[in-house]
Amino acid sequence: MAAAKPDPAPDFFATSRAGVADAELRRKLENSTGRHLDHVAQMRAEFPPYDAERDAARAIKEDAIGRLDQLLIELKHQLEANGCTVFIAADAAEARDYILKVARQAGARRVVKGKSMATEEIALNPALEAAGLEVVETDLGEYIVQLRRERPSHIITPAIHLSKEDIGQLFADKLGIPYSAEPATLTAAARDRLRGIFLAADMGITGVNFAVAETGTLVLVENEGNGRLSSTLPETFIAVMGIEKVIPRLADVPHFLEILARTGTGQKLTTYTNFISGPRRKGEADGPGAMHVVMLDNGRSTMLADPVLREALYCLRCGACLNVCPVYRRIGGHAYNSVYPGPIGSIVSPNLFGSAAAQLPFASTLCGACRDICPVKIDIPRILLHLRWKEGQATPPIKWPADARRARAGVARFARMARHPRTMRLLTRAAAIFARPFAHDGYLKRMPGAFRNWTRWGRDFPAPRFRRRKHVP
Amino acid sequence: MTEVRLFATCLAEQFFPSVVDAAALVLERMKIKVRPLKSAFCCGQAPFNEGLREPALELARRFLNSCEPGTPVVIPSGSCTSMVKIFYSDLLAEEPALAARAAAIRPWLFEFSQFIVNVMRVKYVGARFDRTVAYHPACHLTRELGVVDEPRVLLGQVEGLRLVDFRNPEECCGFGGLFSVKLPHISAAMVEDKIVRLKECGAQAVVANDCGCLMQIGGAIHRQGLAIETFHLAEVLAAR
Repeated sequence: MAAAKPDPAPDFFATSRAGVADAELRRKLENSTGRHLDHVAQMRAEFPPYDAERDAARAIKEDAIGRLDQLLIELKHQLEANGCTVFIAADAAEARDYILKVARQAGARRVVKGKSMATEEIALNPALEAAGLEVVETDLGEYIVQLRRERPSHIITPAIHLSKEDIGQLFADKLGIPYSAEPATLTAAARDRLRGIFLAADMGITGVNFAVAETGTLVLVENEGNGRLSSTLPETFIAVMGIEKVIPRLADVPHFLEILARTGTGQKLTTYTNFISGPRRKGEADGPGAMHVVMLDNGRSTMLADPVLREALYCLRCGACLNVCPVYRRIGGHAYNSVYPGPIGSIVSPNLFGSAAAQLPFASTLCGACRDICPVKIDIPRILLHLRWKEGQATPPIKWPADARRARAGVARFARMARHPRTMRLLTRAAAIFARPFAHDGYLKRMPGAFRNWTRWGRDFPAPRFRRRKHVP
Repeated sequence: MTEVRLFATCLAEQFFPSVVDAAALVLERMKIKVRPLKSAFCCGQAPFNEGLREPALELARRFLNSCEPGTPVVIPSGSCTSMVKIFYSDLLAEEPALAARAAAIRPWLFEFSQFIVNVMRVKYVGARFDRTVAYHPACHLTRELGVVDEPRVLLGQVEGLRLVDFRNPEECCGFGGLFSVKLPHISAAMVEDKIVRLKECGAQAVVANDCGCLMQIGGAIHRQGLAIETFHLAEVLAAR
């Protein structure tokens, strides 16, 4: 286990219940994820090499993760040769401390951030603010959730849980502009506000999509130009990357670009694809004077050591598995109480956040829609099954609500009894006879014990039946 | 004459015995000798999916000892078939002898529609079913076994049957085994939305290949008092 960071958030059972009870949230999720899935389907249909590119991208990831240590050494060497300062952070605290140290040494006061899940993971903003720095998220969605003082509810669409009316109200309250629910007006208001902030900033922080070992090039994709401004305008620039972002060659990048936006946002390419190759050099007019790269482990090498979980390190953070997940679509990202929600979150969170996220691998019907849409075909259901087994043996054991504990015990008891088919058939017969007076045209309205939650939640239960026919043993 | 073993599955034995009868009838009409696989009751998927691998292993052992390489085993469930054909290799990773047996038996395990269409090469089974039908493609059937067209091919040949489309048919119904009672609010929300889409399409009946989906969709339809019936594919193919 990685250094456990107990998450103070309430448990998944309570928060997911609030999610499904919010009809408005479900409507918003259904609309925007549905629109996204339509775009992805269209993109895939228009681009016949899509599947070949997926296979190529996966093969590159398999290779890269298979020799991660070697590639990271090469990357560090190249980055340093390009004039960057590299820091390898074993955990979130080390990463935060280093970034704070750089900020202090640079005398930075104002920080602009491009969208970065890695900095969410290490809870960077609260640490910077506690040190007296002003931090502004510059991706529109991130800016919105920052104004609301909440977490992104989606990996690439941070404000997916909000309607344009919600955002109009927020901007009216926080930015003091007249209320409008017109996206163009709201975007213009945010842009107007952010321009001045960019120009005044003395430090920029962004994430990294791909880090090319061969050349020490960092690739950052985005749609708003805010990543480019964050990485070039301020005098000090820090890129924060999970160690799994490294790929061997510059020639590998196009394979990922062909599939990433197509799957993530339903675009052919993102509007901006930044190739960042170090700080400003002698004689150059633009770019940061100093560039730092934080390579974040934070539990990733533990995942690497697990032959099944290792595949989770192939993830490109495209967010498509959230959009297609029938669970995510019903409860929204905040219900997961983790920086990483949805299917990918359920496989990486237990390792990153310890026992607080141990229930998440169970938050799935194992339907497999995530694996189907994943641009690098991560076998998420198989990893979920692996974690259910592993987490089930963890000490201290997972804390379950009473009903869930009863259901688990029930299936264990069933499994022991099911070793004796003749006994099971006798019991089925007894149950059928016993249930007969309670059944309404073959269904029971209320069930006891572990099945109580079936009939409490909108479903009648089929009455057990026994018929002496030759094909029913 | 071809001979097959029919594995009823625990859900069908307890709650849907008519599905087992129907599956046997359809196979017998194709001049196949059908013998029940009596010595196993459950493939172990429910405990396996809960992470309870030891109890699941004992059920896998029993199932595998009930099968013989060379005799096809037909299973009227996509998810039980995916368990024995696919997930056993993970479950049995530490049991080389049993894993070898599973590998020898694997080619002889078939989901019901897969067996009829791909092995027997039959599309028309002489069924008649006068209803407007929506077909719900079960998740494990579709995404684990890759059985996508077979049930639709069979339904397309049933006289009197009109197949209608509905929005987002591939989205899971929310059953998920123990998920349905451990996270009942999410499970119920999923089937609620599925039923909204089924109502829109005007189907008189929903057909699926998996008793888990039928329990979930049928249970919610019955609770809502809707006039939509639920059937297993085998029941539709057995109808005359």
